[in-house]
Amino acid sequence: MNYRIIRKIKNALFKFVIVLSAFMVLIPLFLIIQFVFVQGMGSLNLSFFTEIPKPVGEIGGGMKHAILGTIYTVLLGALMAVPIGITCGVYLSEFRKSKLSKTLRLTVDLMSGIPSIVIGIFAYLMVVVPLKSFSALAGGVALAIIMLPIIIKTSEEILKLVPDHIREAGLALGLPRWKIIFFIILKGSVSNLLTGIILAISRAAGETAPLLFTAFGNMYMNFNMKEPMATLPVQIYTYAISPFKDWQRQAWAGAFILMVLILAMNIFARYVLTKIKDKKGF
Amino acid sequence: MSKSEHSEKIILEAKNVEAWFGDFQAVKGINVQYSERTINAIIGPSGCGKSTYLRCLNRIHEEIEGTKVHGEVLLEGKNIYDKKIDVVEVRKRIGMVFQKPNPFPSMSILDNVVIGLRLQGITKRSTLMEVAESCLRKAALWEEVKDKLNSLGTSLSGGQQQRLCIARALAINPPVLLMDEPTSALDPIATAKIEELMNEIKLDYTVIIVTHNMQQAARISDYTSFFVYGKMIEHGLSSDIFTNPKEKQTEDYISGRFG
Repeated sequence: MNYRIIRKIKNALFKFVIVLSAFMVLIPLFLIIQFVFVQGMGSLNLSFFTEIPKPVGEIGGGMKHAILGTIYTVLLGALMAVPIGITCGVYLSEFRKSKLSKTLRLTVDLMSGIPSIVIGIFAYLMVVVPLKSFSALAGGVALAIIMLPIIIKTSEEILKLVPDHIREAGLALGLPRWKIIFFIILKGSVSNLLTGIILAISRAAGETAPLLFTAFGNMYMNFNMKEPMATLPVQIYTYAISPFKDWQRQAWAGAFILMVLILAMNIFARYVLTKIKDKKGF
Repeated sequence: MSKSEHSEKIILEAKNVEAWFGDFQAVKGINVQYSERTINAIIGPSGCGKSTYLRCLNRIHEEIEGTKVHGEVLLEGKNIYDKKIDVVEVRKRIGMVFQKPNPFPSMSILDNVVIGLRLQGITKRSTLMEVAESCLRKAALWEEVKDKLNSLGTSLSGGQQQRLCIARALAINPPVLLMDEPTSALDPIATAKIEELMNEIKLDYTVIIVTHNMQQAARISDYTSFFVYGKMIEHGLSSDIFTNPKEKQTEDYISGRFG
């Protein structure tokens, strides 16, 4: 009898602890979202989306240049990272046990652990120094390096899920391996691969450190990839540490927009694309 | 069925075929000749190497890491293991249907049938449609799918999927068709349909079928080989094997005393 009561108390205690730790994870997330939401919504207005910054001291202006700049640099990065990443993923899943695969896999794991500021320095040395200018291109390269390990890992995992009997069916039809990979395996995994790519993009879109001394930032519209380009994270950083009230207000608005963008991409990738996948594909 | 009507032309011949998984020898010195337009069954207890042997005949076995094959397989007199022979060309001429129906998941019924041709560069729609219809008819599936050629191949039932896989294999028009227990995952009605269509396709193709089901082998095949532990114990006319086997082991197996 006594034993049973003790057991029940232990059980309740343990349950309390795990529920508490679950909440401790949820609370900061909700607080961040709520805080940014309240502060950001109050600071938002139409000119935030349609105008570029006004000269220092003037009230108003917006972050149109940084919103477009973020989209530009992130897409530039994705343009470099997606083809290489998917090809590496294909290699890892098709030649699982080769020596190169093992090395590549280890490298990718290490790559995802490199601090993003170090990646920024690397891109600075590789692109900014030789071209003698901060540039969107350098920012794109830095973001591509951030995206690469994520894209490689997810595409490897996704392609590994394709059952071997599908490959055998292709081989038995007298198809060369590369055609099986491209027209059967990759084609059947498009929505899954897209999920991985979008998650990688959303990760890169929020990065500040690698852009600080690559894309650098500016105060005007620019679509030349050889010139510095404003991005949301860097713009937020610049505005947030400025002494001007109006800039600090805009930093909140920027943070809010960046968060909404990234959340939207995540939700799209995780829920919308996986729904499509359930009907079609592997 | 009179056996004399078979042409005696040998289309496929195994010469001392041996196969390994790592150090384990699964197939030991198989010698056998297959005549054109016949159904040849391979029977034997589980793990006797019959599937592995079948997979040597179109060089799919070597796709598994750590495996190797010795010996020769002659397709119309030419060794398919010859270094000068392109393995992709071999597989175009020796089709295969697997144990589990495996239509390509992201493709429609039509695409599943014509994918082999399309990826070989044949893109003319009328040609592809013609091939699709004739192959689906041969696979006894046309009537069931002709109104939904654009639905997913995986939306069909298991038996239909297997017939779709047969149509897919026939579409590249291989003279030899290998079938690895094609009905073991299917119910008796679906099985009966596939056995029926095999009698049809035999008019144009040579079929080599691995089966666990001895009644099936007796019903559909002209010749039967009996495998135990990677060795071929006996090969001959099915009518002889099932009524009057020469080897004691064969008799024990088909009478259910062993295996």
